[in-house]
Amino acid sequence: MKLRTVLELPDCQVLVQGDPEREISKVFCCDLLSIAMGKAPANGVWVTVMGNKNTLAVASLTDTACIILAEGVTLDEGTLKQAETEGIAVLASGLPVFDMALQVYKAGLA
Amino acid sequence: MSEQLVFTYEIPGDDFTRAGEASSAIKNKLKMLGVENSAIRKVAIAMYEGEINMVIHAKGGVLTVTISDEEIVMVLADKGPGIPNIEKAMQEGYSTAPEEVRSLGFGAGMGLPNMKKYSDEFHIESEVGVGTTVTMKVFI
Repeated sequence: MKLRTVLELPDCQVLVQGDPEREISKVFCCDLLSIAMGKAPANGVWVTVMGNKNTLAVASLTDTACIILAEGVTLDEGTLKQAETEGIAVLASGLPVFDMALQVYKAGLA
Repeated sequence: MSEQLVFTYEIPGDDFTRAGEASSAIKNKLKMLGVENSAIRKVAIAMYEGEINMVIHAKGGVLTVTISDEEIVMVLADKGPGIPNIEKAMQEGYSTAPEEVRSLGFGAGMGLPNMKKYSDEFHIESEVGVGTTVTMKVFI
């Protein structure tokens, strides 16, 4: 599945687009950055409620393709700019983590 | 690349949001040098965990990275409080991180275990009241 499919999901707002042609490997859910650091899959879609600058740092270092902020969480302007520079897509949704991840899974990883 | 490249970074001790800058910089350099992605990922994870540890526990420190044809060597040296029981600190889930750090999503007791897991060679020396030095190698 390409990132484009995730960007087009109805319940998400695209904050940073990233590269729509990037191939997605997996969907991953985790709010503890210490664990995400070791476990987030390269080229994955990471669904989390942890929205701070360190979320982006972890995403960048693990080669995450896309962060989806669930439960209405957002990132500050500066961090979004940084995501753009690093080519990481950032989406926001009001849905809970599981529901959001399930949508990604059903859209092309099932 | 025929000679060694050495990079040194001062890790600030008071700014949690800047932790990771050195790891990102090294990651980009390794990419430019054409190092394999799996090795870059290992270096990035091990180094970032080390940076975070120095910010949380040691009020910063110095990170030196040496890149040669065969390996990437990371040395993280701090003058923090030291680790009284290294064996305990190496256990997954054991943490002495303060609450404010946990609320940012860190401090789950995965730092040192991740550093060991993602490096090919791992060595830690620590003395209470003096500081801690971690040396990690990733072969390329």
